[in-house]
Amino acid sequence: MLSLLWLVPALPLAGFIVLTLLGNRRLPHAVTSMVGVGSVGLSALLTLLIGVAFLAPPNAGSAFDQSVWTWMNVGGLNLAVAFRLDSLSLTMIFVVTFVGFLIHLYSVEHMAADEGYNRFFACMNLFVAAMLILVLADNLVLLYLGWEGVGLASYLLIGFWYREEANGRAARKAFLVTRVGDTAFAIGLFLLYSDLGTLQIQPLMQDAAAKWAPGSAIAIAAAALLLAGALGKSAQLPLQVWLPDAMAGPTPVSALIHAATMVTAGVYLIARTNVLFSLAPPVMLVTAIIGAATLLLAGMSALVQRDIKRVLAYSTMSQIGYMFLALGAGAWSAAIFHFWTHAFFKALLFLGAGVIIAALEEDHDIFHMGGLRTRQPLAYWTFLIGAASLSALPLLTAGFYSKDKILWDVWSSPGGGPVLWAAGLAGALLTALYTFRVVFRVFFGAPSPKVVEASPMKQPGIRISIPLVVLAVFSIGAGFVELPETLGNFPAFSNFIMNSLPPMIAHGGQGAEALLQLISAIAVLLGIALAYVFFLRRPGWSARLALSPAGNALSRFWFSGWGFDGLYERLIIRPYIFLARVNKHDVFDWLAEVLVARPYAALARMNKDDFFDRIFGWIAELNAAVARALRTLQSGYVRWYAAGIVMGAIILIATAVLR
Amino acid sequence: MAQVPVEHGLMLAAVLFALGLVGVLARRNLLFILLSLEVMLNSAGLAFVVAGSHWQQPDGQILFLFILTVAAAEVSIGLALVLLFQHRHQSLNVDDASGMRG
Repeated sequence: MLSLLWLVPALPLAGFIVLTLLGNRRLPHAVTSMVGVGSVGLSALLTLLIGVAFLAPPNAGSAFDQSVWTWMNVGGLNLAVAFRLDSLSLTMIFVVTFVGFLIHLYSVEHMAADEGYNRFFACMNLFVAAMLILVLADNLVLLYLGWEGVGLASYLLIGFWYREEANGRAARKAFLVTRVGDTAFAIGLFLLYSDLGTLQIQPLMQDAAAKWAPGSAIAIAAAALLLAGALGKSAQLPLQVWLPDAMAGPTPVSALIHAATMVTAGVYLIARTNVLFSLAPPVMLVTAIIGAATLLLAGMSALVQRDIKRVLAYSTMSQIGYMFLALGAGAWSAAIFHFWTHAFFKALLFLGAGVIIAALEEDHDIFHMGGLRTRQPLAYWTFLIGAASLSALPLLTAGFYSKDKILWDVWSSPGGGPVLWAAGLAGALLTALYTFRVVFRVFFGAPSPKVVEASPMKQPGIRISIPLVVLAVFSIGAGFVELPETLGNFPAFSNFIMNSLPPMIAHGGQGAEALLQLISAIAVLLGIALAYVFFLRRPGWSARLALSPAGNALSRFWFSGWGFDGLYERLIIRPYIFLARVNKHDVFDWLAEVLVARPYAALARMNKDDFFDRIFGWIAELNAAVARALRTLQSGYVRWYAAGIVMGAIILIATAVLR
Repeated sequence: MAQVPVEHGLMLAAVLFALGLVGVLARRNLLFILLSLEVMLNSAGLAFVVAGSHWQQPDGQILFLFILTVAAAEVSIGLALVLLFQHRHQSLNVDDASGMRG
């Protein structure tokens, strides 16, 4: 069964190729859906079977390598298209194929009326294939191929409705900003290869651990470059500006690419190369600080957004900030655990938002919603479950177990500490606040005129309902694979992932853990209560707060994502455009004119009386003279030619004999 | 029977070849040029025969048969050319055919 591993990425890739090649014919929707959804569905089924085989004795949980073919073998660089299945990549491919399949199924109905239906599924299949290559790759170059592949698919899908200029702009922004990180990543690969001579992940990690001293300059440089790549892909400070704009794509795209899978590629990269990061403690610290800063900053921005998808986008940044915080603290398995639960509840939230947006004719503004609880019961219940999981409602939800593990690990890890923990705690409060702000605004209260106008609403069909329900079940259930010591002590996920990621050395007792859990639970409940008071019970308070001078300035500042767009606009884009404009108005042109063109023209004037012309004239005359001389050879007398042949023969024989 | 020394045979062939060559180059009459060509061919054939007898091999004589065949074919074409030449120029002087002068 394990030997079928290559089929897992190959099936979506085949789906992409088929849909692309047949794309210019008007395929019936049924065929497109069959290919597009079927390929990912089969892939998910296969992943399930492979997972069972992977966990079966006798070699339960040991890594499986499969080399499909030699990719290139030049100058000592031997790269294979090879896949590696271990508990980390199995977790990743399960999420990618399973959540991917549900979102594909959802899209069949959600995108049914779109004229780019075929193109949509082609791009989605390309994305799934690239993402699977990314997580299964056994060398960093193949990983980079998948890395760029998901970037390409992301670009294509953000700009899916390319007729609107803003969407194309958002796609280009996402592509260019992530490219900054990708460039650093590529330089990191060059550095690793030039120093260690291999890019195969496992030997590379062993070599690095053997040859590089902890804290040495080269280890720090390599880890920092990889971190820069991860920051770009995972939308962390300072490369986070592209993610909110990426919401220009269709909602299933936001759910799959910009919430569940692609943006967590950076988390995967760091977890995969954890040995390198362990060798570079300063980089680990930077990772944790960036994670903490991003989670707070994005949480505050999420609090003031009006567009429901932008709230979720900032929330995604914030949650990935948690993962980076955990990675920076060395809590590898906690980060992956949070990735695991986050994929389910965030995809669920996006899909639920998609239902509401579709019912309200593409209106994203939460202030145009309200009272949708009775009008969209399925969306309400599933969204509520997702929101509860996102805000880590204690004991019940998956988000509680993963976020709690991160907080506890950050507190107890030698690389963490109370300050980072406090940032995480504040983030938890913020998360509950902004999440339930959306819930109360959208589903409770009086229905807005827009909602009344749109009633009775279109209810989601079976293809949308199934993914919502399944993801809701996972948003609750996915947390129960890892229970903390204080609550049942069932660390199945950690034990499972331990084969590929080193465990964290923690200190601290159960008493402290229980206390911290209590504090974070109180923070969450406090956040929900505040949201209830400010956004449902007394909406006037929040409005008054937002209208006060300080509140107004602050909320505008947060609304713009802490002004990063403006900052980059001033710092990078405008200087660049300025230079370009200056250049257009001829600085270099002028220099060229003064330094080259004018002296040349002067020389040419001096030369008008034909010095060079005469040289060329001589050449022409010489040619003519030679031609005249040679012409006499063509006498036209056959005996003359015969004599020529004889002379030639004599010369040849003479050279042969006399040599 | 006394052997003719190989040098003598080859010298005879060379002399014949030179005579034929001079004929080709010096004669203006096309018919004589063709005759001289035949002399040259036969001198080459003679050289083959002499060499064959020197090494006691039949190959030289076999090759001479081939040369005869080639010569016959060549003569048939050559005579056809002579006829055409006569028709066109009303003479057999090769120097009359110098239309390709550069």
